Amino acid sequence: MANKLQNLDDLRRLREETKQSMLSRHGAETQIIVGMGTCGIASGAREVMAAILEELAKRNLNVTVLQTGCIGMCEKEPLVDVVRPGENRITYGNVTPRDVPRIIGQHVVNGQIVEDLVVGRVD
Amino acid sequence: MEELALHILDLAQNSLAAGASLIIIVINEDAATNLLTISIEDNGCGMDSELVKCVLDPFTTTRTTRRVGLGLPLLYMTARQCDGDVEILSRVGQGTKVTATFRLDHWDLPPLGDLATTMVSLLVGRPDVDLLYRHVVDGREFILDTRELKAELDPVPLTEPKVLTFLRTHIKSELAKLHGGE
Ligand SMILES: Nc1ncnc2c1ncn2[C@@H]1O[C@H](COP(=O)(O)OP(=O)(O)O)[C@@H](O)[C@H]1O
Ligand SMILES: [Mg+2]
Repeated sequence: MANKLQNLDDLRRLREETKQSMLSRHGAETQIIVGMGTCGIASGAREVMAAILEELAKRNLNVTVLQTGCIGMCEKEPLVDVVRPGENRITYGNVTPRDVPRIIGQHVVNGQIVEDLVVGRVD
Repeated sequence: MEELALHILDLAQNSLAAGASLIIIVINEDAATNLLTISIEDNGCGMDSELVKCVLDPFTTTRTTRRVGLGLPLLYMTARQCDGDVEILSRVGQGTKVTATFRLDHWDLPPLGDLATTMVSLLVGRPDVDLLYRHVVDGREFILDTRELKAELDPVPLTEPKVLTFLRTHIKSELAKLHGGE
């Protein structure tokens, strides 16, 4: 009983829906980068990643999500970087899924850095 | 790490770091033999035999940000605690296969955990990488092949958040059926 993807209709509907929302995006792209090294994973990066995907799926923003390995700030994991076009790279630390709507709503959408979560910035 | 799914995510991160374009994850829960087998295979850069020999030792890593590697030794520890083992087959330039076994009814066996989120996390930001995930429970199986999904979704990339959240829900419900015995 190998169950391949049986709900192909769902998949096609999803394809059309997503195609439409992709077309309606405008402006330069923002990047969100999640640390997925061993320390990140052990401290909850996967759940943060899931929360980011959920929030973006709701909002249809021009955002690319990336993952990266260990960058040597293990004690501050989970780490999430936000890079808005033409702005400094902001690193948020000890991020929980509960922080995600704030990071996206406040920073990604409105350009206001969530100061209490910042652990680093790079020009 | 309190879930085997987190170990799997961590191992597959090694595959991504090794430049793999295909990752094959197979999980087999078999009550008849009382074995849980998890394998992660990739077509990445591979390791030479010297590295393979010492890679279960926590003081091995090729990374520069930290002097000790953690992922494989942690998995090895967990497998050994559950009367199991870890086997690594690797060839430079060809790829790597890591197979971990556990006694299925061992008291210390961590839960499999959230496999759906693990699989989806792997695909984030890597439109170039394919995943074949096969999960067998007492002979019944679930298969997910991103190569098929991509063909079906084209031109929409698999990495779209809407697509990944859909996939997560899909895997979750299929695994629930598999474990529910349907
Ligand atoms: N799938 C793989 N392909 C190639 N090399 C690997 C793979 N898995 C592990 N390695 C090598 O083994 C080392 C140790 O891995 P690991 O125990 O996960 O620690 P870490 O990833 O923190 O270095 C890695 O740095 C890498 O050189
Ligand atoms: Mg690793």
